Amino acid sequence: MAIWFARSRNLVSSLRHNLCLSSTILVKRDYSPRPVFTTSQLSSTVFLSPYVASLRHESTAAEKQLDVVQHSDDQEDALQELDFPGGNVGYTSEMKFIPESSSRRIPCYRVLDEDGRIIPDSDYFPVSEKLAVRMYEQMATLQVMDHIFYEAQRQGRISFYLTSLGEEAINIASAAALSPEDVVLPQYREPGVLLWRGFTLEEFANQCFGNKDDYGKGRQMPIHYGSNRHNYFTISSPIATQLPQAAGVGYSLKMEKKNACAVTFIGDGGTSEGDFHAGLNFAAVLEAPVMFICRNNGWAISTHTSEQFRSDGIVVKGQAYGIRSIRVDGNDALAVYSAVRSAREMAVTEQRPVLIEAMTYRVGHHSTSDDSTKYRAADEIQHWKMSRNPVNRFKKWVEDNGWWSEEDESELRSNTRKQLLQAIQAAEKCDKQPLKELFNDVYDVKPKNLEEQELGLKELVERQPQDYPSGFHV
Amino acid sequence: MAALLGRSCRKLGFLSSGHGARRSVSTETGKSLNLYSAINQALHIALDSDPRSYVFGEDVGFGGVFRCTTGLAERFGKNRVFNTPLCEQGIVGFGIGLAAMGNRAIVEIQFADYIYPAFDQIVNEAAKFRYRSGNQFNCGGLTIRAPYGAVGHGGHYHSQSPEAFFCHVPGIKVVIPRSPREAKGLLLSCIRDPNPVVFFEPKWLYRQAVEEVPEHDYMIPLSEAEVIREGNDITLVGWGAQLTIMEQACLEAEKEGISCELIDLKTLLPWDKETVEASVKKTGRLLISHEAPITGGFGAEISATILERCFLKLEAPVTRVCGLDTPFPLVFEPFYMPTKNKILDAIKTTVNY
Repeated sequence: MAIWFARSRNLVSSLRHNLCLSSTILVKRDYSPRPVFTTSQLSSTVFLSPYVASLRHESTAAEKQLDVVQHSDDQEDALQELDFPGGNVGYTSEMKFIPESSSRRIPCYRVLDEDGRIIPDSDYFPVSEKLAVRMYEQMATLQVMDHIFYEAQRQGRISFYLTSLGEEAINIASAAALSPEDVVLPQYREPGVLLWRGFTLEEFANQCFGNKDDYGKGRQMPIHYGSNRHNYFTISSPIATQLPQAAGVGYSLKMEKKNACAVTFIGDGGTSEGDFHAGLNFAAVLEAPVMFICRNNGWAISTHTSEQFRSDGIVVKGQAYGIRSIRVDGNDALAVYSAVRSAREMAVTEQRPVLIEAMTYRVGHHSTSDDSTKYRAADEIQHWKMSRNPVNRFKKWVEDNGWWSEEDESELRSNTRKQLLQAIQAAEKCDKQPLKELFNDVYDVKPKNLEEQELGLKELVERQPQDYPSGFHV
Repeated sequence: MAALLGRSCRKLGFLSSGHGARRSVSTETGKSLNLYSAINQALHIALDSDPRSYVFGEDVGFGGVFRCTTGLAERFGKNRVFNTPLCEQGIVGFGIGLAAMGNRAIVEIQFADYIYPAFDQIVNEAAKFRYRSGNQFNCGGLTIRAPYGAVGHGGHYHSQSPEAFFCHVPGIKVVIPRSPREAKGLLLSCIRDPNPVVFFEPKWLYRQAVEEVPEHDYMIPLSEAEVIREGNDITLVGWGAQLTIMEQACLEAEKEGISCELIDLKTLLPWDKETVEASVKKTGRLLISHEAPITGGFGAEISATILERCFLKLEAPVTRVCGLDTPFPLVFEPFYMPTKNKILDAIKTTVNY
């Protein structure tokens, strides 16, 4: 596994500055001081923030705490400490508040510029032609799928849909960087991860139509996909509930000593939920291999991020929980791929959580129940849809490598479109779920009250079929 | 008080027969244990019998604030028995994740009064996990334990009986034991039941109730109510600590010539309607008693169901003797509670209707 390294000194020193580590000594419990990191330590390691580089060899066991002694500028206070529970802290007689924000926002890791060219001296994992073409194809497929299902809802053929337009790079590149054994707990704007893992267009259509072939048995609204075969937990509408569950999943994987981690997604809005705090805190304290990927797409329905939080986005919250974090350009497929791949390795080998904030833009409306032109400028949407489109950006890079042509493009798009239309037609015609599926799976075995209710309903439907939709085999 | 309860508990055991109950367990001898020790035994057995089971929650590591988890961390290790941060939604959410991966997650909520932050995870996630996934996923290995009920001095936030909220949620089970021997068997059933279960433990009985508890691994079936005292004139239905009070009322009623049949519901969701129905068809009268406030309490569900099924057999209206419709008060607790005499009054009113 070759890793390209930039002359990373600039990035390193800016991170030092951002983390206010201008003069920090990392002290083990036996109080023998360790030297501050040097750039030479980084040359042979996977790129890590300097703060954690020297922690790399420390045990992650909860009992062994690392005591961080912050220096004040006044050297006289140095090495005097107060031993409160929870670790020693140095003290200072200078009354200084930590500012509400850093003087500079955490920069965003990117590899490709807007024209799809690799920025010189970037760190990134190389992507082969085969992988790159597959990634691009899937991003384009996701785009086509979204457009066609959206139209199907508009035509009244399905009841609901929500797109992932603008977030194709996050969807596909993250999935490409994971292993199939990694357990995914999605929010709801990550169907691309399922697509990557092999869920077919027919399977997507079946869930949207809730027909007899829907694995969810027609119980939930469209887009609430789930597939145990693909290690993709069934989507639920409540926001952020999956985050503490992901911590439990990761913990299980750790206990079973699996070479796998839990991966869970959340939007910018979801990070305001209590479950975000719960999930990150539990994963950190219980040392669970979990990757938290936040899609910061700027909007939670009509609520802009300026109305969601006053922090520098989500990435800065990671450190508050003791979680290693990175901000990445979510519209740069190569950057997302590298960041997720790196994070996965950390999560699995170090058995720790990692937070990735992927900056992006929600090009589509929140869902088919939303018209986002009511609360945001149409030309803002256009700008992100056209010039900041992650699919085009990656396409340029793949084309520039000679791996993709316009013929490939039109063939892919027309074939995918045809496949989707066929899948929708078939799903629409397919039989409905039998009525008994209304009563199954509430518990493992149907209890008496449900047996009675099923009998009662059966009798009622036979007696007054005109009150009920047809096609539900009794 | 402890001795009295001890006497009544043993008497309860002696009288148990019921609806296909495990006669062997009810008459078996064992060591005298209080409720928290019986629960502790159940947890030891659960963790011993399944290496993929975990116990966690606030303060469980040192044995827990009620000592239910004593010795578990030392015996099974801190990877399987551990403290969590103070966050009920995290505790239950984490438990759901563990259970979804096929483990048994035995979660402790320190007081039932604090279960509400986890209500979303319980109602929207745990209860629907299997159904919404088309049975591709389930979190049946999840068991949530919480001490509930009056304790004499608990006030608003250490006395609540929130069972009614959970009985309204298809997909979970709700179980409440009345005594140490019952608790051990029921808890083991809950832990091994392939559905998420909420297990409310009557904290009043943690130390007060002492009973002979068989030392081996045994399970008491869920959704099977038990007639713990037979009678002909009136049926009384209750659960948990309230049964002890109700039993005292039955004894006093007997002195006045009223023969009372007392049923321990044990599982509130899904509940055993057949046993209650059969009893009321025999006696013609029903009294339900619970600590939780009367309005919207689980007694209303039992009353409505029995009315539907036994209307023509009823000699009197179904009556409920419950907590008042107030937050659980501190100094007024003796006035708030459904006491023995309130129950006795209701028995007599019903019989003389």
